[in-house]
Amino acid sequence: MEPLHNKHFSTAKLFVLTGLLLLSVGMIFGLGAAAQYILPNFLKQQLSFEKMRPLHVSAVVFWIIVAAMGSVFTYLQQYNGKKLRFPLLAKVQFMIFLITIIFILISYCFGEFGGREYWEFHPFLAMPIAVGWILFLINFIVSLGTLKKQPVYVWMWLTGIVFFLFTFLESYLWLLPYFRNNIINDMTVQWKSYGSMVGTWNMLIYGSSIFLMEKISGNKEAGRSPMAFVLYFTGFTNLLFNWGHHIYTLPTHQYIQYVSYAISMTELFIFGRIIYTWRTTISTAQRHFHIMSFRMLAAADFWVFLNLVQAIVMSIPAINVYTHGTHFTVAHTMGTTIGINTFLLLSFAFDMLHDSDVQMKPSAFVLIRFGFWITNISLLVFWLSLIFAGIAKAHWQMSAERTAFNTMMEQLRPYFDTVLNAGIVMIVGFLLMLYPLVKNLFKAYLRTED
Amino acid sequence: MAADSRKMVVVTLLVIAFLSYSSYIYYRLPVNKYAVDPNAEDGKMVWQKYNCNACHQIYGLGGYLGPDLTNIYSLKGADYIKPLVNFGPRTMPAFHLSDIELKDLIAYLKSVDASGKSDPRTFTIHSNGTIAQ
Repeated sequence: MEPLHNKHFSTAKLFVLTGLLLLSVGMIFGLGAAAQYILPNFLKQQLSFEKMRPLHVSAVVFWIIVAAMGSVFTYLQQYNGKKLRFPLLAKVQFMIFLITIIFILISYCFGEFGGREYWEFHPFLAMPIAVGWILFLINFIVSLGTLKKQPVYVWMWLTGIVFFLFTFLESYLWLLPYFRNNIINDMTVQWKSYGSMVGTWNMLIYGSSIFLMEKISGNKEAGRSPMAFVLYFTGFTNLLFNWGHHIYTLPTHQYIQYVSYAISMTELFIFGRIIYTWRTTISTAQRHFHIMSFRMLAAADFWVFLNLVQAIVMSIPAINVYTHGTHFTVAHTMGTTIGINTFLLLSFAFDMLHDSDVQMKPSAFVLIRFGFWITNISLLVFWLSLIFAGIAKAHWQMSAERTAFNTMMEQLRPYFDTVLNAGIVMIVGFLLMLYPLVKNLFKAYLRTED
Repeated sequence: MAADSRKMVVVTLLVIAFLSYSSYIYYRLPVNKYAVDPNAEDGKMVWQKYNCNACHQIYGLGGYLGPDLTNIYSLKGADYIKPLVNFGPRTMPAFHLSDIELKDLIAYLKSVDASGKSDPRTFTIHSNGTIAQ
């Protein structure tokens, strides 16, 4: 068996570097979209909101997916102690994703849409994504070899890869008239797929985070404990069945509400466990906080707690009927994608850099530490502003005498101003972290040989 | 080995339950009897072509910049919708739809309107936390 060398992580680094670039692009378009809330004529002729929003959404969704794939490739090789079975296939997969993403972003600028939530690009561009994902699945399964005596993160990676493909294909069932001909049928299946799909990329990311935690702590048994598998099965059950909270107010089958509501409440078990292990978590954080990748994991932990509370609250139909369709939901999306997914993915990127032979300058650490705190504090302000805007809109939605929609939006203006300003500060914070990270990770990539 | 077998059993049961649940939903879609209006179907494609979903919601799902349009047809009528689409107030661009596209879009919004009510005030909240309309 050929020993692992830094060169075997070159394609994985490309995935992560591309992801970091997409994150930067996504943040800029997100800022543009937030500005259009306040300045109606801002870029109205060039990049109006129906273009700006998909540019933002797709860039950040692909940041999450592409970087998650890079992390799985990296940690699978580290776990196995050998290189990928098909390194060339991973490169082909990377090129397919890169070219497709570029096409998607350009197509939005020209106003070419498929017009569906999340996947707002033309359905034709879904085909290369599905092909690229199948290559990912093949490379993963063949490189892994066996599922016998595997730790929980291997199960999570495999679950995420298989079910992403399922939900991605399911999200295109609307192309068949049988599913498309009625809005209720269409939306039921659409949100069934989307609700589960988010869980699939979370499986990839959370799996990698457990691997990284083991790596930092040196405890190789954490990922094999019965509790780890109980948590995995709880997460997997939620991935499969709790998607219904997106459509509680849709006049669809009533049993979808009951199933989703019941399954969502199993998250209380995860919540209880976080509380129970709180002291251990804090003491571990204090011990490892100087390690950059651990610092990012600790931030994600904090955001997991806040967003889990919010998720449980929103899963109760009686509360969901108030918050549905409001910025309360946006707060949850932002909290999970930025606070949890982005910080976890950044932790993997810092870990990859740590493992390479590139040394960051001390000044870079200062920038990153500063950026870390700025980002988290501004994200908290950003998140709370969206929650307050959501509560205000919920109040409006339920009022017996509603004012006009535009009047309500004007009343929410202070919250949107705060969101925009916090967003600007958050981007500055992220860039302080991303600049040295990308620069040094790129150096590390250049030192690879294949 | 025994532990692996137990895990496989749990995963297999979950996957079977999921596939059965999915198949049941596909087979017994919520709305089985409906008249397919070809104009409404084309209108759905107009809705997607111009990415209306980016700003507007149907049943509270979609963008947050503009109002929910589930029941806009019965609330405001076609004559109110047409000029808004073609001239674009505030942040909304002027889409300049063709007459056919506009007719189809209106037919789509009419069909969405007929499918139910999105107003959260019309829901009854039960003591067990569930809701019903």
